Amino acid sequence: MSEGAHLRQPETGQPDASHKAILYLEGLNVSFDGFKAINDLTLYIDSGELRCIIGPNGAGKTTMMDIITGKTRPNSGQAWFGQTVDLLKLSEPEIANAGIGRKFQKPTVFESHSVAENLELAMHGNKSVWYSLRARLSGEQQALIDETLQTIGLTENYHQQAGALSHGQKQWLEIGMLLVQKPHLLLVDEPVAGMTHQEMERTAELLTSLAGKHSVVVVEHDMDFVRSIANKVTVLHQGSVLAEGTMDEVQNDQRVIEVYLGE
Amino acid sequence: MFITRILQNDRGGQIMLAVLALVLVLVPVLNLLVPEGSFLHMPTYLVTLLGKYLTYALLAVAVDLVWGYLGILSLGHGAFFALGGYAMGMYLMRQIGDRGVYGNANLPDFMVFLNWKELPWFWQGFDMFWFAMLMVLLVPGLLAFVFGWLAFRSRVTGVYLSIITQALTYALLLAFFRNEMGFGGNNGLTDFKDILGFSLQADGTRVTLFALSGLALAGGYLLCRYIINSKLGRIVVAIRDAESRTRFVGYRVEHYKVWVFTVSAMLAGIAGALYVPQVGIINPGEFSPLNSIEIVIWVAIGGRATLYGAVLGAILVNYAKTVFTGLMPESWIFMLGALFVLVTLYLPQGLAGLVQQFQAKGWLQRRAAA
Ligand SMILES: Nc1ncnc2c1ncn2[C@@H]1O[C@H](COP(=O)(O)OP(=O)(O)OP(=O)(O)O)[C@@H](O)[C@H]1O
Ligand SMILES: [Mg+2]
Repeated sequence: MSEGAHLRQPETGQPDASHKAILYLEGLNVSFDGFKAINDLTLYIDSGELRCIIGPNGAGKTTMMDIITGKTRPNSGQAWFGQTVDLLKLSEPEIANAGIGRKFQKPTVFESHSVAENLELAMHGNKSVWYSLRARLSGEQQALIDETLQTIGLTENYHQQAGALSHGQKQWLEIGMLLVQKPHLLLVDEPVAGMTHQEMERTAELLTSLAGKHSVVVVEHDMDFVRSIANKVTVLHQGSVLAEGTMDEVQNDQRVIEVYLGE
Repeated sequence: MFITRILQNDRGGQIMLAVLALVLVLVPVLNLLVPEGSFLHMPTYLVTLLGKYLTYALLAVAVDLVWGYLGILSLGHGAFFALGGYAMGMYLMRQIGDRGVYGNANLPDFMVFLNWKELPWFWQGFDMFWFAMLMVLLVPGLLAFVFGWLAFRSRVTGVYLSIITQALTYALLLAFFRNEMGFGGNNGLTDFKDILGFSLQADGTRVTLFALSGLALAGGYLLCRYIINSKLGRIVVAIRDAESRTRFVGYRVEHYKVWVFTVSAMLAGIAGALYVPQVGIINPGEFSPLNSIEIVIWVAIGGRATLYGAVLGAILVNYAKTVFTGLMPESWIFMLGALFVLVTLYLPQGLAGLVQQFQAKGWLQRRAAA
């Protein structure tokens, strides 16, 4: 898919993934008021991999992304980005600038800004105060915005207020924001909720085209969608990994069947 | 030109600045050139009253920048205004020289009265105009920077932040009340004689101060509009609408907040510095928490996040205040409260919102007619 071509060259310095894995989560624990949302979670994502994460509601999928992006601090455990970046020591913007981008489960865009401005704000580059006071869109950046709008099918909505978009369009816009950020690792939480079948196919195409140069972690409930993109699936249950493997292996796993069919 | 580019999509700002320019030309003419007997003559006290309104308008613009666009409800901006005012007041005190009651060339009267023998260290340099003007910017700016850094880094937001800004101005009120602080205590600084050698009583000086207030308002307005139009402005609004989302795309939200808060405090300081020579006094009452709340009410009534609404609100409310405190001094505070409640209930966008509504309606009708 050629539309994703501009993403092939991530901008910032590559994380040191010399040991194959780009994301290391080891022995993570998070509890909310005594409730263990993440329970001794250990998970590795390889560089260039496209990984799907499934699991019943409340399994801890979103919480895991919160830990990776610095929103939630674990009670114990380790989280590393490549060999050198200790995620637990960085703030949210530092993690974002290190090359981890995220799409939220509930689409969150900047509602009072136009669609194009949302992309402008999310775009990779210098994010300091003084710089942004004088910043003008360069031709290159303008081209990236136009190209991305085409990829996400919102060219017509260039000047529209993001708050006025439909749910599905907001999903797309958020994916676009993720793209212009040019991250190395993309965390995508339930991307196809509210999308039509056709849109789902396009999303699948886009995500698979990103894998390789990027590492992509997708959380999704829609099993057909997962099947269409996944090589490797991780099942999360009660805050830890229940099973891991291909879609077929996982779907035939007795414990997974039990969890999904109800205890 | 640069200015027209800044005001490109700001109809309200264009009108407001055009009116301001007209007033800035007319008022000096009516005061200085029209002879006193003529009914067109504008008395000097009115010039000064208008000048005072203009400094309030600048203060309101500063508050709108942080409240309207950044979403920080500061209930302590009166403190920055007062600090700017005190810096100017200290210069004016030093200008009195030996013309005070005690005739002491080195010490202001209140220090002689306190039996102080020499000028405290923090009064040094205030005999120089440039130094005092620097302090007008630096003192409020530095306080805002330190306060903002501590508060925003700890991610204090919403009501809690508003409360600590109230605490800040209240603490300063108490401190400046104390005689030992060295700022004239309860009475503050007053009995000013002249500024840069020009008598503060002279019509020419009054008109000049009025004109400078107008120019400062115009400059402050354009600066804020420039900031809002820039990418920084879009980031600031993004922080207001979705703070944590802004962090996840890589912006250090604290830095932005501190920066805008500091710029706003400096504008408030300038407003205070222009206010003091016109009203002829600065005392701790300016730190009163109620003052800071009043500023927010001006902005709410004028209309948040429009900048020109803040100007409109500050001038109209203060005009009403002048009229009504003349008629019924006790009732003003209740009227202001009632006005605030009414505006919040029926005009959430303030007067500026009302104007925009009418504009939109007129536009629709014209379209329908066509
Ligand atoms: N901030 C919080 N405070 C208290 N409990 C929380 C918090 N965040 C998450 N939880 C709880 O932790 C558990 C895991 O939540 P999480 O959102 O990670 O699940 P999920 O796997 O993403 O589920 P879903 O598929 O419904 O999105 C849930 O029981 C949730 O109620
Ligand atoms: Mg979730």
